[in-house]
Amino acid sequence: MKKSLLVAAALLALGTAQADTLKKIKDTGTITLGVRESSGALSYTLGDGKFVGFHTEMAEHITSDLRKKLGLSALTIKYQPVTSQNRIPLIENGTVDLECGSTTNNAARQKQVAFAVTTYVEEVRIAVKANSGITGIAQLNGKNVATTTGTTSVQLLRKHEKATGVDFKEVFGKDHADSFLLLESGRADAFVMDGQILAGSIAKSKSPADYKIVGEVLNVEPIACMLAKDDAPFKAAVDDSIKAMMKSGELAKLYDKWFLQPIPPTSARVGLPLSEATRMAWSNPNDKPAEDYAKK
Amino acid sequence: MANWDWQVFCKNTVDGEVVPRCFGDNGDITYLDWLLSAWGWTASVSALALLVALAFGVLMGILRTTPSKALVFIGDAWTELFRNIPVLVQVFLWYFVIPELVPPLKQVPSFLLVVLALGFFTSARVSEQIKAGIQSLPKGQRYAGLAMGLTLPQTYRYVLLPMAFRIVVPPLTSESMGIVKNSSVAFSVSVAELTMFARQAQEETSRGIEIYLAVTGLYYLTSILVYQVAKLIEQRVRIPGQTSGGK
Repeated sequence: MKKSLLVAAALLALGTAQADTLKKIKDTGTITLGVRESSGALSYTLGDGKFVGFHTEMAEHITSDLRKKLGLSALTIKYQPVTSQNRIPLIENGTVDLECGSTTNNAARQKQVAFAVTTYVEEVRIAVKANSGITGIAQLNGKNVATTTGTTSVQLLRKHEKATGVDFKEVFGKDHADSFLLLESGRADAFVMDGQILAGSIAKSKSPADYKIVGEVLNVEPIACMLAKDDAPFKAAVDDSIKAMMKSGELAKLYDKWFLQPIPPTSARVGLPLSEATRMAWSNPNDKPAEDYAKK
Repeated sequence: MANWDWQVFCKNTVDGEVVPRCFGDNGDITYLDWLLSAWGWTASVSALALLVALAFGVLMGILRTTPSKALVFIGDAWTELFRNIPVLVQVFLWYFVIPELVPPLKQVPSFLLVVLALGFFTSARVSEQIKAGIQSLPKGQRYAGLAMGLTLPQTYRYVLLPMAFRIVVPPLTSESMGIVKNSSVAFSVSVAELTMFARQAQEETSRGIEIYLAVTGLYYLTSILVYQVAKLIEQRVRIPGQTSGGK
């Protein structure tokens, strides 16, 4: 009894010390992908357990490369929807092998998990009503600014207030749809969020012409697939697959498909052309955290 | 367990540096400061909503037991309206829909709107309990009061309510504890209470487990405090020999 406990403890210790995801995928013939239910065009659900989006489709390409690399005839993909709250614990405990959603690669997270090379660079922007006359963040002094609870934009606004002395009145939506409703109903004068989310919300709104995205880029954040820490072979396999897609132009095709063409379920267009920052990330693949981008 | 990091609460919310003594100064706050202020918001929303709920709940509960059909209708209508709509939907109605119809409400802070929403929702449940409490008394008590020449309001005041209130203290205790937990809906309309703190702080610090444990602990502590206060009240007002307060 005692011995078996010891063995179990030793196994557990081994399991946490070094994850061998490739072996696990090979042995079980399945890979668990972490996906999001509503992260703009990056990863979202169509209902009925169907998940699509730029990063979701990219992850499916990665798994087919992994299948070839491991010499498996078939690899079953299990889709596991994750939230901002549970995505890191689920990677840490091995429930999810690879999460490709809208996770920002930053230094704090790199202590807990690893990131593949950056595949999308998010720019934080301001959306306002087209007739508001607001053209930049300086004009938001004393105005109500909406953002979504549980996003990095909240902290960004706080830092900005501290640094410049601009005084916003922040109002928080519980999700992006809510935050947009705050702007739509006039409770907020601006909505500060990731550019692709703003573009997506505007595209889906009742009258897209009433809103526009204005002003300077407030912050840039590298978005990348997340995987277990200290699993170099798995990270290398994922990175190689992504780099090949960058080189072959496959990733650019996917980008066009999800950000410029009409997408399901409503055939709306996000209409967000490839940014210079994302292009840079593709031509020089890297896994630098957000902090390195801020220094520039 | 080994990789827990409780230092996270001592971090400054602007730059993430650990602050000595865990409390910020010069207008800077740490996550601990923020946690305590969020606890304050949760307590304020709960306490005010409870006052609203008791005031309206008791009134409507009494109306539902009067002989007047019109008053019973008002009480019934109130109760059914507010208990048949989910609380989160009610909060949204107060925040987004009603201000469209009554524009001055747009200036009212979301804190007050959520107090009203949560208070009215809970008042429907309180009304049901008060009604049950009054109806559990033998009919003879009401007739005896009226036969002695007391008016209907006097009968309620001196005969029925003193007994009914004692009977409903235990279910009202559950209701009061419930309101603390239901107050988490306030986060959806931008009140900086515990649930909002949890969702935001775990995102900023990547230390979800520590943050959620602390928040869970505070909800638990608040509910236990409410329970202790209610128990004290129950003991103080107990009449020996009555089943309601007896042990």
